[in-house]
Amino acid sequence: MAEIEKVDYWRWTESNWRNPEIADVTGCLLTAGVDIGSTSTQAVVLADGVPFVYSNMRTGNNSPDSAINAMNWALKDTGLKTEDIEYTIGTGYGRVNVPFSNKNVTEITCHARGANYIYGPTIRTILDMGGQDCKAIHCDEKGAVTSFMMNDKCAAGTGRGMEVIANLLAVRVEDIGELSFKVDEEPDPVSSTCVIFAKSEATKLMREGWTKEKVLAAYCHAMALRVVRLLERNGMEPDFAITGGIAKNMGVVKRIERIMNVKALEPTMDTQIAGAVGAALIAKDLVEKKRAKA
Amino acid sequence: MIANYGYEDGSGHYYIKIDTSKCAECKDKGCVEKCPEKLFVVELDDFDDEVVVIREDCRNTLRTNCALCKANGEKELCRQACKFDAVGFSW
Amino acid sequence: MITAGIDCGSQNTKGAIMKDGKVIAQAMQATEFDADLAAKNVYEKMLKDAGITKEDVEKLVITGVGRDMIKWGDNEINEVGAAARGARFVDPACETVIDMGADSCRVIRLNQDGTVMKYEVNDKCASGAGTFIETMARALQISTEEMGDYSLRHTKELATNAQCVVFAESEVISLIHAKEKIEDIAYGVHMGIANRIASMIRRVGLTDTLVMIGGPAYNKGLVSCMSKVFERDIKVLDNNQFVSAYGAAIYAAEK
Repeated sequence: MAEIEKVDYWRWTESNWRNPEIADVTGCLLTAGVDIGSTSTQAVVLADGVPFVYSNMRTGNNSPDSAINAMNWALKDTGLKTEDIEYTIGTGYGRVNVPFSNKNVTEITCHARGANYIYGPTIRTILDMGGQDCKAIHCDEKGAVTSFMMNDKCAAGTGRGMEVIANLLAVRVEDIGELSFKVDEEPDPVSSTCVIFAKSEATKLMREGWTKEKVLAAYCHAMALRVVRLLERNGMEPDFAITGGIAKNMGVVKRIERIMNVKALEPTMDTQIAGAVGAALIAKDLVEKKRAKA
Repeated sequence: MIANYGYEDGSGHYYIKIDTSKCAECKDKGCVEKCPEKLFVVELDDFDDEVVVIREDCRNTLRTNCALCKANGEKELCRQACKFDAVGFSW
Repeated sequence: MITAGIDCGSQNTKGAIMKDGKVIAQAMQATEFDADLAAKNVYEKMLKDAGITKEDVEKLVITGVGRDMIKWGDNEINEVGAAARGARFVDPACETVIDMGADSCRVIRLNQDGTVMKYEVNDKCASGAGTFIETMARALQISTEEMGDYSLRHTKELATNAQCVVFAESEVISLIHAKEKIEDIAYGVHMGIANRIASMIRRVGLTDTLVMIGGPAYNKGLVSCMSKVFERDIKVLDNNQFVSAYGAAIYAAEK
């Protein structure tokens, strides 16, 4: 039990992206959003409301540093500096720790706005599955929140819960989705809600001869059932989309779709940046409002 | 906006629901004073409206916080105090 | 009359043999992955220690979460019934029993005659169970047994926020990074659990005497935090891990 894990199976890859269609941003209105989550931090810069660059990194022990690092990485090779950005909004649980932000806005508001941009105005229900929480958001055609419900008390139903199982089974988090479908038939969900108890249950199932794939299927199934309850309580209406790290885990996504008999919209970009994109869009709205007044 | 503050764990789901558009209309915010656990605090939301939210350090302990108030079987004190019918419970 | 009780817990299997209201043998072994085997070993060891054979035992009652796995008992009783009987046996004045195991916690309020008035169980979430302390000890790189002593040596009243074991583990690690002392973190962990148990006690009603049984009752740091939260002494008895096994043996003698 006490051995030190040498391989961090749960670690995902950090990324950074630059829009190949935008060569020059001279004269453009530059706004930014920085989303400091518990496990990851994203920085997005929009040029006239269009994504120009973004980065996605792990959150370190120090939130202000994470914000600065993410921003610097996003801006690398652009010749731009943080000061060149007109307006920056901080969001996420570490939002008060973005040293260069002009304002901070709750992640719920930013997420809905970001999802409205990424998925279009027909989006009504968003499930955001982060590293340490899970949120159900219902919004209108403008991306304004009509209801939300979140759970951050318990690791079941969060990315962290999935990481614990990935580590136990020595499977990379990215591979879980695919592996979980390599079963002859769908097993019953893991019966324990609590991640710690689910871990013991998984160990027991492996001893009984279950394959890793079957255990993963049972765990993904249980996680899907749990978040469906949250969605149904908050109000579920299509169009529906899933954001956050777990959106990349097809093992959970496909099972949610099957249980609710609904299809999640395909994202047009990395869904982990939804909160930061939303923040940057709200920043753009604010600047435009101010300019109109002036 | 319907804001649900609370949690779900193995034992059940415990959310307090606040209808922020109704809440923003309310001037006296009677729930703040009436709640024996001081769960409600007034905050400016993202749209600069004054609304009540559930104190952050209590959002994951609501089952305990509300236990005594719920035990007497009457309508919860916050709901009695709210003139706009903006507060609700999931349990 | 000789009767026996076996309490098959998620971590340890405990057994006791009683003769006319007195314990004549008791044994314990880790349950591991074979509850049936653990129970068999415990039973054989007790019989040997008592110098008797299976035929001398009038009735054997099984309790604990693993009781379904053991088919050779004469009867079974649930954990609440066993803990209530056992606690009254070791402390006739006991009004409320806090029974904490590795994976669960029960708070049982007793009537004057020793029957169960009300109880609260948490076996769905590890936040109030022995596993919580074990996991935090591992994060602090000390043994579970050391947690109590470290906690008693705390110098400041550190508060922890996370309730979920998984999140608390990350919190403990960040507290270590923030250069908090192990002693203070251990204290914060125990206070967190004590507060969660307090909410269970609130639901059954707080009484003057509180008796704590189960493995974590050996943890003096935890017991001291519970005393602080409840503002009264928590009685911890010798052999508290065996109390439910006594309860099962007592039940066996009842009918």
